[in-house]
Amino acid sequence: MMEKSVRRKEKERMRHGAKISKAVLWGSLGILGFLTLYPVFFLLASSLMGNDELAKYLGPVIAGKEGFVDVPLLPQYPTLRHYVEIFLDSPEFFVMFWNSTKITVGVLAGQLVVGTMAAWGFAKHDFPGKKGCFLIYMILMLMPFQVLMLSDYLVLDRLKLTDSLWGIILPGAFSTFPVFIMYRFFTEIPDSLIESAKLDGAREWQLFVYLALPVGSSGVIASLVLGFLEYWSLIEQPMTFLKDKSLYPLSIFLPDITNVGKSGMTFAASVVTFLPAVLVFLGGQDYLEQGIMAGAVKE
Amino acid sequence: MKKTYQLIKARRSKITASRKSFQGFLWILPSFLGVMAFYLLPYADVVRRSFFGAVDNQCKGLENYRTVLENTAFLLAVKNTLRFTLCCIPALILTALLCAVIIYRSKYGGVIKSAFLIPMALPAVSVALMWRLLFHSQGMVNHWLSRFSASGTDWMNDESAFWILVGSYLWKNLGYDIVLWMAGLSGISENIYEAARVDGAGEWQCFFKITLPNLRSSFYTITVLSFLNSFKVFREAYLVAGDYPHESIYMMQHLFNNWFRSFSFDKMAAAAVLESLVLLLLILLFQRALERRNDGKEC
Repeated sequence: MMEKSVRRKEKERMRHGAKISKAVLWGSLGILGFLTLYPVFFLLASSLMGNDELAKYLGPVIAGKEGFVDVPLLPQYPTLRHYVEIFLDSPEFFVMFWNSTKITVGVLAGQLVVGTMAAWGFAKHDFPGKKGCFLIYMILMLMPFQVLMLSDYLVLDRLKLTDSLWGIILPGAFSTFPVFIMYRFFTEIPDSLIESAKLDGAREWQLFVYLALPVGSSGVIASLVLGFLEYWSLIEQPMTFLKDKSLYPLSIFLPDITNVGKSGMTFAASVVTFLPAVLVFLGGQDYLEQGIMAGAVKE
Repeated sequence: MKKTYQLIKARRSKITASRKSFQGFLWILPSFLGVMAFYLLPYADVVRRSFFGAVDNQCKGLENYRTVLENTAFLLAVKNTLRFTLCCIPALILTALLCAVIIYRSKYGGVIKSAFLIPMALPAVSVALMWRLLFHSQGMVNHWLSRFSASGTDWMNDESAFWILVGSYLWKNLGYDIVLWMAGLSGISENIYEAARVDGAGEWQCFFKITLPNLRSSFYTITVLSFLNSFKVFREAYLVAGDYPHESIYMMQHLFNNWFRSFSFDKMAAAAVLESLVLLLLILLFQRALERRNDGKEC
């Protein structure tokens, strides 16, 4: 009898200990999560504050006042004025938004045509030298921009594409990363499915259009989501190759916060910059995760 | 019946084999031409240029390599990059593993994972604005510190710039690695845990004896991807600190940008070849390690 109650007590104590450690774990996870989300809330809140409010909070950084910057997470008098300002009163902002859109859409459209075909070829066709080709694609995908920077410039210079949006779009469209992602999804299409479609008399291009694309659609979407996030916030390429400011995309537009009257617009601009990316993220999170997993090199 | 069918099929496939092999390559062709034009051929030109002078275009043998290796800026960038990698990657991988293990077992895992993934979607340019206000000498971090009567510093202009960059990297990549770890975790069968628990294994024992060993191949993958993503941290460094940041965060990309601006293509070429060789070696070594591991598993 005694033994049993002791054992029960011990068990309870253990359960209690587990509860505490669980609470600690969740607490630290919560703090970490809050820290990750803080910038999002911060930018949103600041973009809704009026100029006077911002001037008060940001004074030390903007106007060189004494004291420290202190921005609360809730605006006292929320206003949408800054959004109206950037969309109606600043044509240069609109041009940049449009440039970003052109770059992103152009690159993704190119990848959609060229990349899907290549991925299909690598996944379900055989040809001499395939392994070597694929290795080259994989290595290219893993190289950071700095390694390819000079070679990129040399081609663009020869094709007279520096200082043009095409100089950003074309190399992006032939990027090998989406090929790799979609390849991983296409290889999972069962061979028997392809065989039976062939027996029914499907031609090669029909297999691609009516079988590969619909069945592997989640791979295509995953690579588009990853591509959108990458090219919407592209920095190195436009910074290096674009000299004409009217071609700048949003992603390299670093507004001047030290300008007193314009700090509100600055926040609104940065919200408008991240909003499309966040929307794509929220809509395509499942695909994004699948894409991340597919990007894991496991050959 | 079945046998004759297979015979016919085999013969037919032999006849069409050569035509098929060519057809397979056709799928790759558009992408391959683009890759050739925009990546491979110009890279070959870069390799050639690394042996020639920038101005006189005369063969200088290995001299460019010698100047690069003796260049103080190059050595600084290499040192910083190494130091950065050695600090970040272990921290990132361990934190992500911890979070993944906790999130994996919880109901609300999805929501928390989204919170960690959002930084991936935020364009660096929006974040940079936030960073400036946080780490300005009169910024918010110093404000919070002053409440605890601790004295702050001018974060971006001394040694702490390095740690801010480490923090940005962790902040940005945590979600990415959590997704990869969780993919690894979902590959471990629940039966093993149940069997171990029946045998009286505790949580920690389960973790060290079952979870960790089964995650080894995920570990290789995650290390490589985290390493390659670490090159992208330049974006934050550039947007917060510009072209000439504090010397503790002077990275390879800064160096390449400065050389690009001064048209030192000879140095750029040699440095690009050196860096790509080092990366190539690392990638191949990693693949060997992974292959050997997989072979061991099959035995």
